[in-house]
Amino acid sequence: MPANKAPRGSLINDPAARAIFFQILVLGGVLLLGWYLVSNVMENLARQNIATGFSFLDREASFAIGESMIAYSPANSYSQALLVGFLNTIKVAVLGIILATVLGTIIGIARLSSNFLVAKLASAYVEVIRNIPVLLQLFFWYAVIGESLPGPREALNPLPGVFLSNRGMRVPALGDDPIWVWVGVAFLVAVVAVWFVARWARKRQEATGQQFHTVLASIGILVALPLLAWLLGGAPTALDIPALQGFNFRGGTSVSPEFAALLLGLVVYTASFIAEIVRSGIRSVNWGQTEAASALGLHRGTVLRLVVLPQALRIIVPPTTSQYLNLTKNSSLAVAIGYPDLVSVANTTLNQTGQAIEAVSIMMAVYLTISLGISLFMNWYNKRIALVER
Amino acid sequence: MADHISVQGHPGSVTSTDDRETASAVVKPPALALGPLGWVRANLFNTWFNSILTILILWLAYKIIPPLVNWLIINSVGPGEGVTAQACRASGGACWAFIHEKYRLILFGLYPYEEQWRPIASILIIVGLLGVSSNRNFWKPWLLAVWAAAAVVIGVLMWGGVLGLPFVRNTLWGGLPLTLILSVVGLVVAFPLSILLALGRRSDLPIVKSLCVTYIELIRGVPLITVLFMASVMFPLFLPTGVTIDKLLRAQIGLILFASAYLAEVIRGGLQAIPKGQYEAADSLGLTYWQKTRKIILPQALSITIPPLVNTFIGFFKDTSLVIIIGLFDLMSASKAALTDPAWRGFYKESYLFVAVVYFAFCFFMSKYSQWLENELHRGHKR
Repeated sequence: MPANKAPRGSLINDPAARAIFFQILVLGGVLLLGWYLVSNVMENLARQNIATGFSFLDREASFAIGESMIAYSPANSYSQALLVGFLNTIKVAVLGIILATVLGTIIGIARLSSNFLVAKLASAYVEVIRNIPVLLQLFFWYAVIGESLPGPREALNPLPGVFLSNRGMRVPALGDDPIWVWVGVAFLVAVVAVWFVARWARKRQEATGQQFHTVLASIGILVALPLLAWLLGGAPTALDIPALQGFNFRGGTSVSPEFAALLLGLVVYTASFIAEIVRSGIRSVNWGQTEAASALGLHRGTVLRLVVLPQALRIIVPPTTSQYLNLTKNSSLAVAIGYPDLVSVANTTLNQTGQAIEAVSIMMAVYLTISLGISLFMNWYNKRIALVER
Repeated sequence: MADHISVQGHPGSVTSTDDRETASAVVKPPALALGPLGWVRANLFNTWFNSILTILILWLAYKIIPPLVNWLIINSVGPGEGVTAQACRASGGACWAFIHEKYRLILFGLYPYEEQWRPIASILIIVGLLGVSSNRNFWKPWLLAVWAAAAVVIGVLMWGGVLGLPFVRNTLWGGLPLTLILSVVGLVVAFPLSILLALGRRSDLPIVKSLCVTYIELIRGVPLITVLFMASVMFPLFLPTGVTIDKLLRAQIGLILFASAYLAEVIRGGLQAIPKGQYEAADSLGLTYWQKTRKIILPQALSITIPPLVNTFIGFFKDTSLVIIIGLFDLMSASKAALTDPAWRGFYKESYLFVAVVYFAFCFFMSKYSQWLENELHRGHKR
């Protein structure tokens, strides 16, 4: 056949035409639904005399927030209040992720222990904690702290200067001396220095085969630099120790019962999931790998660090990422026990101003950004540790 | 390895002194390598580190278990005539009289007291059907019809108003039946929606695909609580003037929107696990897209996704406890409500323990079922 053009049927049977037709149909349906909802919203808002837009953010918030990492008073604007809530969310999420990772790893390894009691205890922990709603656990911890601990006058004093009461935990704080800032700076400098030392040591080992005691050197740098800064600043030893005054403590730093309950609940709950991930990750590394490494004469610790863990991490990292995301999202349950996180502050804002759509959009946008941020970071980390194949 | 003590008892492999002399004819196993003592040595004291851990745990158990037993059983106050909160507080043990007093409030919420056989019957129907549905032999089309019939029966039982049953507003529903209804209805409605979303995400049509991806990632990126807030404060604004939608339905829609995004990702996993050859073979038979999906792809994809679906359901079941924050009276919030009675203040441990046991029982059985099912479904693939 000279004509290489296939005989065309009707347009109805043309897959490309059908694809375009159906997509237009779907898009049209979605747009129509969206238009319908938006027009209803406009009508309802007009009827209730609610102004749309984010101009309410500049108005005075006029509500107090229990704990804040930045300066805040009820005279500040709603946007400032929301920022306080956001920082509180970040605080509990970051601490929660770190502690849940540590606890989860310990329990995950404990489940693989050759000690019968340790293994059974760890698996009982995982089974019980995983099957009870996290909200119930938060209520429980909050009630334990609020009702089982004594009042400030009879506060428990497990360590000198540390007081546990139903108003939270009071710990000594560093004095007002400006030198503490410099000690902090020195520590950060030390961290950067350790990174360069480790890089130099690795390069040298690759080039010459000479090994360097990176770990010992790092610990040395991390201790020595802040210590030096402290000594140069006159070695102040004054601590701000909490003391009972009237009905409550003064001085020191406090950890509020809400924060403690939220952190404890989230860490305990998430750790049980991370434990399962860690266990299956380690189990997935073939026993032969351990045997081969031992046959090469490596120590037990070295086998774990250089052979087993790098392989297990590849299995562990992706599901752990989603646990980190879950922990961050679950931190929004703070609203149930009164910790002023983003959702809680936005909820108060919503109730005061009636700006439902704006308040809910702010919550969603912030959590989407956080989720996206964690996902991007963990994807980058996952790529770094992924198996390099041909 | 020091971890493995030989149980055959080769002379010299284990330090045992007594058996050496009598070992002339038959080598007896050393006493310390066999029996309970051998087990203890092998499992609790095999290395110095494990020995320390064992002693530490035993010490902790000694510290924790006796007070716990005292609290739970020995000092506890059971239900009885004239047992008051004062008697409970004086005892220093658990107050089971409180649970006896409040268990109907916790389990059934504010549902009229005389009519509480109706939520009980509804719970039994749901639990019974879940039990029947867990048997693979019953995975037939008629099971769907049974579920539909059960939904009607439960609706009649809970609302009433017909067959001589007094009408009960759904604002009075609460406790365990509400938790079960929210989670089961949520899952059943979200399931078909999630299949469409999953297919849409795997679609070649760019607009459909991007719409589905946006929806799924949007919902999965935010906490359930914001979805519930949206449902409770924004849905009324979405509706035309004069139309109202009650709180329970709003929460249910919020839960459905949430569940469908998570289920869609589970089903997408199943779709991706189907070998490409299946798609190509269906295409070469000349099947249309929907024929291919319905007859070839979905039956295979869904059967491998059942265990992860059960796991998603467990998470979803626990997550329904969040409706307390928008003011519904589910199991979780009924347990809080029981604590507000001024006569019975402060028995939060008993109340939370009771609810925790209920949640745990459901979730634990479902997770064991999902593990069992996974083995069962994989049996054909094992060598």
